[in-house]
Amino acid sequence: MSRYANNPQAIQNLIRPTEVHRDVYIDQEVFELEMKHLFANTWIFVGHESQTPNKGDYFTTEIGTKPVIMVRHSDNEIYVLHNRCPHKGTKIAIDRTGNTGKFFRCPYHAWSFKTNGCLLAIPLRKGYKDTGLEESESVHGMAPVGAVKNYRGFIFARLNKEGPDFESFFGESLSSFDNMVDRSPEGRLEVAGPPLRYMHRCNWKMLVENQTDTCHPMVAHESSAGTAIDLWEKMDKPEGTQKPMAMEVIAPFMSPYEFFENMGIRTWPNGHGHTGVHHSIHSDYSAIPGYFEQMVEAYGEERAKAILGENRHNTVYFPNIMIKGPIQQLRLFTPIAADRTLVESYIYRLVGAPDMLLERTAMYNRMINAPTSMVGHDDLEMYERAQEGLHSDGLEWVNVQRLYQEGENFDEIAVENGTTERQMRNQFHAWEKYMTLTMEGDA
Amino acid sequence: MKAPTRDDLIDFVYEEARMLDDGRFDEWLDLWTHDSFYWMPLDYNQEDAKHVTSLLHEDTFMRKLRVERFKGERTFSQKPKTRCHHVLNRPFIDHVDDEKGEYVTHTAFHYVETRLDDQILLAATARHELKLIEGKLKITHKRVDLLNSDAAFGNIQMFL
Ligand code: FES
Ligand SMILES: [Fe+2]
Repeated sequence: MSRYANNPQAIQNLIRPTEVHRDVYIDQEVFELEMKHLFANTWIFVGHESQTPNKGDYFTTEIGTKPVIMVRHSDNEIYVLHNRCPHKGTKIAIDRTGNTGKFFRCPYHAWSFKTNGCLLAIPLRKGYKDTGLEESESVHGMAPVGAVKNYRGFIFARLNKEGPDFESFFGESLSSFDNMVDRSPEGRLEVAGPPLRYMHRCNWKMLVENQTDTCHPMVAHESSAGTAIDLWEKMDKPEGTQKPMAMEVIAPFMSPYEFFENMGIRTWPNGHGHTGVHHSIHSDYSAIPGYFEQMVEAYGEERAKAILGENRHNTVYFPNIMIKGPIQQLRLFTPIAADRTLVESYIYRLVGAPDMLLERTAMYNRMINAPTSMVGHDDLEMYERAQEGLHSDGLEWVNVQRLYQEGENFDEIAVENGTTERQMRNQFHAWEKYMTLTMEGDA
Repeated sequence: MKAPTRDDLIDFVYEEARMLDDGRFDEWLDLWTHDSFYWMPLDYNQEDAKHVTSLLHEDTFMRKLRVERFKGERTFSQKPKTRCHHVLNRPFIDHVDDEKGEYVTHTAFHYVETRLDDQILLAATARHELKLIEGKLKITHKRVDLLNSDAAFGNIQMFL
């Protein structure tokens, strides 16, 4: 029996000011409604333009659970098409990347399509003469998604034709993308290799919430970061030995509560927000020789200092990505089922900057976010325990109350103590809005 | 040991795997030279360990950290502990240089890791670069290529 479909009130009832009902994490019907409404109404990250540099290059991925192809057309623009043949539904491409030349050809009955999706040819077309094919939806070819936006190289799509426009959906939160791209002396990023792919047996929102959860690192990561610090201190080494890059990456996870309180959290409307307003775990990395000089040359000293002085920690773009500007990383949380999420962690090269920066970025990615990474193990253990624990009938609500203030207005930008759970509440406020935006009630 | 025989090299590779399966990690750490690396690429035929993502690229410090973490009181992903099991093909001896005391082996193997009700099976190939130091074989570099390195994995917590 359906409890939530066509029942906006039931959806709204799942979200209270300081707690959310467990069904948002464990109920498969809620999950399917997320795919139908939330992931169709909002702007979802697809890929980076450098993944398809030449005409005919394509990249296959998912928007929520919907398979799509990102492809560079002959007009040099990037299109996002549903990965589904208009004939019988066959996926047109299944390799993760490739080049299709001037057109896609379905492997089943050889219908072909231009790289903007338009139907090009059907073998033995006369078999459709006088059948009314012109009136069918198949005749239009591979369906494009509702809308596509290329923001400084990052491709986003909205599945629905109607909905919030890109600029009003993201607003000032785009400043985190700007900072990440501006860190290249040429103002350009390039994807560096394939992403890490890490399967999580938990709900996708647990991952998104964790990105601004500043009260867990010193607890859950004591096993990895705490042990690293102990080991380093006990190690036989000459006085004044410089910390290796790996220690610079992992040690800040053990920073005390005050550090995280003082770093600050900023929330933006529509569920976006970031930690590290004033400083972050990325603030104290050693300077890379030659980089600052390149930045001064490109931007002038004042602007170069402003760009590099901004050390935001995690920026969440609602619903399902996080970026780290100072290390050029993007993590995509792709929902698969209520209790299953694929996490893909991408890194980018700052075009024109020294390779050593990319070395640190790649190190961060594998040390913190790989399925083989100790820090990753710490986190996944907690998500999976939570996913299982929520099936207990002892309690039905999940608490997101830390530093709650009466009458919080999420349509206003706010900067708060870095340990607040306001950003999680902000996400659920947006969740409720975009879940019900296009939901028609039965009543 | 004078120059190691084929059997010495093969025994070394088997013994290394057995240490991991037995959980004799401190002994295992001693098999490595101080500037050695354990590398597990993310991509098929990957050549660059540093400027694209790898699954693992661990120096002495990082290997030691993983072993210490296994023992930790608050290492929750190791409560209960993971166990592992290697099944090795006989190693090929790809390179022998007795003059320099340098050797390379190539070993196909299956690896099983288990914890609670979960068990994963991975197919992999290990390339060991070994060096004879003060009469003992030591690992200077170990590269482990997973057959499905580009697949989406859950946790892989031990060394392969
Ligand atoms: S299913 Fe694609 S051409 Fe028939
Ligand atoms: Fe974490």
